[in-house]
Amino acid sequence: MADKILMKGNEAIAAAAIKAGCMHYFGYPITPQTEIAAYMAKVMPKIGGTFLQAESEIAAINMVYGVASAGKRVMTSSSSPGVSLKGEGLSYLAGSDLPSLIVNVQRGGPGLGGIQPSQSDYFQSTRGGGHGDYHMIVLAPASVQEMAELTVKGFELADTYRMTAMILADGTMGQMMEPVSIDDLEVKEAPEKPWATNGTKMAREHNIVNSLSLVPEELEQLNFARYDRYKVIEENETMYEEYLTDDADIIVAAFGIAARVSKNAVDEARKLGIKVGLIRPITLWPFPKAPFKKAAEHAQAFLSVELNMGQMIEDVQLAIESKRPVTLCNRAGGMIPDPEQVLNAIKEINGGIK
Amino acid sequence: MNYKRLTILCGHYGSGKTNIAVNMAFDLASQRDNIAIADLDIVNPYFRSKDSEQEFRDKNIRLICSDFASSNVDLPSMPADLYAITDDKSLSVIMDIGGDDRGAYALGRLRPAILEENDYEMLMVVNKFRPLTPDAPSTIEVMREIEAACGIPFTGIINNSNLAGETTTEDVLGSISYVEKVSKLSGLPVVLTTVEESLYDELKDKISPLFSLKLQKKPI
Repeated sequence: MADKILMKGNEAIAAAAIKAGCMHYFGYPITPQTEIAAYMAKVMPKIGGTFLQAESEIAAINMVYGVASAGKRVMTSSSSPGVSLKGEGLSYLAGSDLPSLIVNVQRGGPGLGGIQPSQSDYFQSTRGGGHGDYHMIVLAPASVQEMAELTVKGFELADTYRMTAMILADGTMGQMMEPVSIDDLEVKEAPEKPWATNGTKMAREHNIVNSLSLVPEELEQLNFARYDRYKVIEENETMYEEYLTDDADIIVAAFGIAARVSKNAVDEARKLGIKVGLIRPITLWPFPKAPFKKAAEHAQAFLSVELNMGQMIEDVQLAIESKRPVTLCNRAGGMIPDPEQVLNAIKEINGGIK
Repeated sequence: MNYKRLTILCGHYGSGKTNIAVNMAFDLASQRDNIAIADLDIVNPYFRSKDSEQEFRDKNIRLICSDFASSNVDLPSMPADLYAITDDKSLSVIMDIGGDDRGAYALGRLRPAILEENDYEMLMVVNKFRPLTPDAPSTIEVMREIEAACGIPFTGIINNSNLAGETTTEDVLGSISYVEKVSKLSGLPVVLTTVEESLYDELKDKISPLFSLKLQKKPI
């Protein structure tokens, strides 16, 4: 095994992106993700890559559009308010079927909000982010190592399905330091991109990358085709972690930093003899419906732990077709629930079951 | 450790400056009265000396720190009582400077007074397990950038090589040759090796001088 290094989550994303062959980064600084840009600024010039601090988030996402059109791996990163600014570009990327990686290290909102960690962009991320019918693949890491692994995975999925993949992290994940191995990351060869606008060399027809389609019948077909692709992704690319769910009466649902907190609470509750387990969605879109549906056969209640006012809870309810009660345990605005709060919520539900 | 009036801690961001600064302030408070810790980080609003505010108060350590540190105001700002560091010669100060050359710019405005008084140590905190300083030449590069930004030459090196909770005694022992190379290339002494307190007993006879760190509680 290669040597481990001590990295912030933000640095791990940057290092993993470079390892995945991303040689082009465009961004605009915003707390708490600035270390991604700082790392890229230091390293890209040394390896012949592009680091460009754009004049705005909007400029950066459109630069991503340009590089993606040329068929190269490209990324941008920001935090919540900055990702809202990128919304138009995200929609154009989807409308043009371009692969790219977008990182959102979330902070409290709405508006300019605060700079402390949050998960309140769940709706924005899993429902698209910009206008029109589309999805992004949304990946939610829960450790610094996973920040790195999912970055590589994000580039691969983006290329395979010609769409945007998003790393949805939060301020804590971005700032926390853990040992991580970058050298060990496996990177698959990027697929051919015969659609890319990278020069005809007088050997083929011109490729056109465009999101404008004025004939409604044709635009409908494009939407149908895109949603057929989404179905394949839902069937093949869903990722999640299950923890002590087999015999569980209560299922906790949580992603990212909330899942780390929840795992501690689950362990404490088990010591008290409460049969509780955790399902941690790793892909937020596609949402892992199957394990929830299966768990609903024996679990009597669900608890959604989130750093927002209750967003993923709706996907949990949809996944189990509202067959069981789903309670919310949350903090918002940059606050993080502690294991004790989650444990108390579990105890309360357990009391109700008895 | 023998402290000058001013102990200035600089380094790559994430090298461990803040934890060391907090522990040094506690150590210094056990030797002398009239101690201050100055948090001059203008870069990172997340993990700050200010997070240990209560402990400083308990130990009668003055905290010189921007009102906006560890708050939700993401503002690169200096403390109102910044000049107490250089004006009040009765104070002994541990200075926690922000990461990289960016953070060290803030130190530049104190440079004339610090150099004139000449009662300081300017220490480079290094961790070989950090991504951008894995070897001596890259570490020297960061040192030179910091010196150019603040205009104050380093006087020594602190070896804080660690992998957080996964650090083993072998990791620390294995970092000695790295930090010796940094020392040789820079011509500066390794004044301390720092380890988390659980590793201290096992290493105290093997590394000298060794400094035990009680980790600052993170706010999450």
